[in-house]
Amino acid sequence: MEDLAYKVMVGLEIHVQLCTRTKMFCGCALGFGEDANSRVCPVCLGMPGVLPVMNKEAVEYAVLAALALNCEIAEFTKWDRKSYYYPDLPKNYQISQYDLPLGANGFIEIASGSGQTKRIRITRAHLEEDAGKNLHTAGDFSQVDLNRTGTPLLEIVTEPDMSSAAEVRALAVELQRMVRYLGVSEADMQKGHMRFEPNINLVVTKDGAEYKTPIVEVKNLNSFRALERSVDFEIGRQLGEFAETGETMQMGNKSTRGWDDAKEVTVLQREKEEAHDYRYFPEPDLVPVELKGRWLKDVRAGLCELPLKKQMRFVSEYGLSEYDAGVLTAERSTAEFFDEAVKAGGDAKRVCNVLTQVGLKLANEKDCSIVELGIESEGVAQLCGMVEAGDISASASAQVFEQMAETGKKPDVLARELNLIQKSDAGELEAIVNKVLAENAQAVEDVAGGGKKSKKARGFLLGQVMQKTEGQANPKVVSEILDSKLG
Amino acid sequence: MDELSARQLREKIVAGEVRSAEAVAKVFERIEKFDPEVGAYISTYRDEAFETAEDVDRRVSAGEAVGVLAGVPVAIKDNMCTTFGATTCASKILENFHSPYNATVVEKLLAADAVIVGKANMDEFAMGSSTENSALKRTVNPWDANRVPGGSSGGPAAAVAGRLCSAALGSDTGGSIRQPAGFCGVVGLKPTYGRVSRFGLVAYGSSLDQIGPITRTVDDCALMLGVIAGHDPSDSTSVDEQTAHVPDYLEKLDQPVGNLKIANVPKFNEGADEQVRAALDEALDVYRQLGAEVLDIEMPHLDYAIAAYYVIATAEASSNLARYDGVHYGHRTERPRDYVEVYSKSRAEAFGKEVKRRIMLGTYALSSGYYDAYYLKALKVRNLIRNDFADAFGECNCIVMPVSPTTAFRLGDKIDDPLQMYLSDVYTIAANLAGIPGISIPCGFDDKGLPIGLQILAPAFGEAELLRIARMFEANTDWHKKAPPLESVDN
Repeated sequence: MEDLAYKVMVGLEIHVQLCTRTKMFCGCALGFGEDANSRVCPVCLGMPGVLPVMNKEAVEYAVLAALALNCEIAEFTKWDRKSYYYPDLPKNYQISQYDLPLGANGFIEIASGSGQTKRIRITRAHLEEDAGKNLHTAGDFSQVDLNRTGTPLLEIVTEPDMSSAAEVRALAVELQRMVRYLGVSEADMQKGHMRFEPNINLVVTKDGAEYKTPIVEVKNLNSFRALERSVDFEIGRQLGEFAETGETMQMGNKSTRGWDDAKEVTVLQREKEEAHDYRYFPEPDLVPVELKGRWLKDVRAGLCELPLKKQMRFVSEYGLSEYDAGVLTAERSTAEFFDEAVKAGGDAKRVCNVLTQVGLKLANEKDCSIVELGIESEGVAQLCGMVEAGDISASASAQVFEQMAETGKKPDVLARELNLIQKSDAGELEAIVNKVLAENAQAVEDVAGGGKKSKKARGFLLGQVMQKTEGQANPKVVSEILDSKLG
Repeated sequence: MDELSARQLREKIVAGEVRSAEAVAKVFERIEKFDPEVGAYISTYRDEAFETAEDVDRRVSAGEAVGVLAGVPVAIKDNMCTTFGATTCASKILENFHSPYNATVVEKLLAADAVIVGKANMDEFAMGSSTENSALKRTVNPWDANRVPGGSSGGPAAAVAGRLCSAALGSDTGGSIRQPAGFCGVVGLKPTYGRVSRFGLVAYGSSLDQIGPITRTVDDCALMLGVIAGHDPSDSTSVDEQTAHVPDYLEKLDQPVGNLKIANVPKFNEGADEQVRAALDEALDVYRQLGAEVLDIEMPHLDYAIAAYYVIATAEASSNLARYDGVHYGHRTERPRDYVEVYSKSRAEAFGKEVKRRIMLGTYALSSGYYDAYYLKALKVRNLIRNDFADAFGECNCIVMPVSPTTAFRLGDKIDDPLQMYLSDVYTIAANLAGIPGISIPCGFDDKGLPIGLQILAPAFGEAELLRIARMFEANTDWHKKAPPLESVDN
């Protein structure tokens, strides 16, 4: 097979479950994992005579997310019915938004390595209701669980601007972090809170001409890993198929493939895109929605510094590594806690070390977030200040941090109680050094002798001082005294 | 007691002069005697009715407060959900459907201490103009057992006309309250779209459907409307109190409207039977004698109302009725081979011919490639009709029209000719498209002794004045006092 030059084009259709208190059009609580059909009412069951009532919270959440995605917000929007028959859709139509989505023409920035970002255009963002689930676990019949029916979904459609599997993953991760920052979704992929369906094809260059391969939509992706792998798999598969058949993209030859997580391959589900006619028309049971004025202003006020921006600021403003900045900005509360501790006077790198090496570990053990440990950001700043000043050692700070979480006491109080304050008094330490030098004439001699022995002897002398002070001497100060004595 | 209006009956019950249980007993006596012939009811609820009636009687004698419909026997069309009995929509597909909830209007009737005696027959899913499309029951016109009661609320209208209840609720999507009221010689009001909650009304054409009263008198109509009108948080299309206050419809009912200007649309009325037009002219004379000014106007777009209606209503219906699929409730086919057969066979087996026809029409109208030519164009026509009305109401208080081009036709006459059947709604459909209120009141009889109805249309949320205008006519005529000769039917 000849080597073909190609470009990858991936667009995503994304469904994000909004974490509102109740469903999109009725008063049922959202759920996950409850007994089948226990979170339903006549409205979400689509019983005869019922009418939907719009959940305002869902509209707020959706608009907030659309704003974060830099979308233009429609002043006037409405609901439409999308008709198709499926047993998990009790009305056999889904209430969605067709020609007037609440958000359009936006973009999201994703990290594209080494501090660079790439802009992926957002075609549209609209609200709709989720369907239920068909269960095929019993005998020769299927069952339907309608607990999920009516859950508010934000559908986001991107332009085909991603050119690698890594970029697809970066967008997915970024979007997850973003909606969690905004508090509009739990965004747990395993629980189906976020569903990604990539549309993938290639632009192949052959003999100086460009050819587009048929678009493939991949479904059944339950993790970031599956998402990334499926794109990679499709790139290889489409390239091979093009080399073999030369088939190019045409109207009607888009196909749908399902991801087999065990075999790590995509499997053909629908050969040709069926000529779906959803017979959209305006939902007569709901009134149009106006998104403007005071209401929109209030929603906009819910925006925050978005995670990627925050992460890049942590690098540029505080000099953190990209890795550390990424760890700190994974969760909004951690990032904000870090920011507060730095603003309260903590050295940024020191605060970062304390939070990433001690704080997150402890939070992980307690299965909570850093802010839920019960430590104030000022306390962390103070603790970092003590390390910087040499009052306690870096290793002792971990112990103090844990005790701060345990007792709620201040770090200086704890350091004293735990006897962790370092001796930094040069006069006091000089007396001890003199005593050690007097008692260890051979070692002093070895230091003066130079070479390999000298380094070892010096270490020995330092150890002796630390021993005499029961480890409480500030090693930096001791080292300086030793240097001045031994020349 | 048969001839007491609902309002008079309620007053006598509250005064302790008549016991509700007696009134209910009398109604059931008549139902037993006449309904086998009339066929107004799909189901009746004797035990529940007596229970409610006796409770009202007990509270009256204990001096406790009772509701504005205390002890009054009422019927509701069988497309309003009730937790008692079945809610069938006169369809095989819902024949055994038991609703887990009550429609808002049912809750309101119960809260007003009305006694619901039964659920009345209708065209299947309210699709029809003669009640002949009921899959469960045949209803005849109490004035002539060989004729239709009109439709789709033929059951409620026949029940009210036949004194098989004191008052009833129907629903009107294209004339389904007004036309049967006209055919049966009773009063029928389609309120403004949004005036009465649709929650629990099994949907046909959601942007057109409205529940309203069918009664023997205008004041009963005002009484009933007062009970069911108002905002319902469960229906986003019901209008709130701030936008349109619900007045006391009875308060000024007997005060004639001063400087009354009535518009007539002579050109549009040309298609009506001569006797119907003559009755309309006589009705206008009554108003003239009462000091009203009658002006002739033109409404250029009314001719397109039927075409627009049969696109919009069927489009919505095709979507509204998609849920009856045999999967979740209702009729399911035996031994389907796969889930597609659950749909196709269940629906093929249990929907009637007219319902299928409208589902297909609506599905076609919404299909890609046809949407703009049909649905979108119909919406534009709808707007033009709205504008016609807005222009007209700039000059007048109300517009009068026939209810229907003919009086009640014979059973079977039009059932095989859907277009002829559709044309019987030519005068009523525009009000649904425009969302405005319209009332049908008795205004005469033809030479066969069949009632003729007068339709009066008013601006949106103008029900209070509309009822007053209707009451002016009623107070000066006797048509509403005539009862159908059911005794002879019985022999």
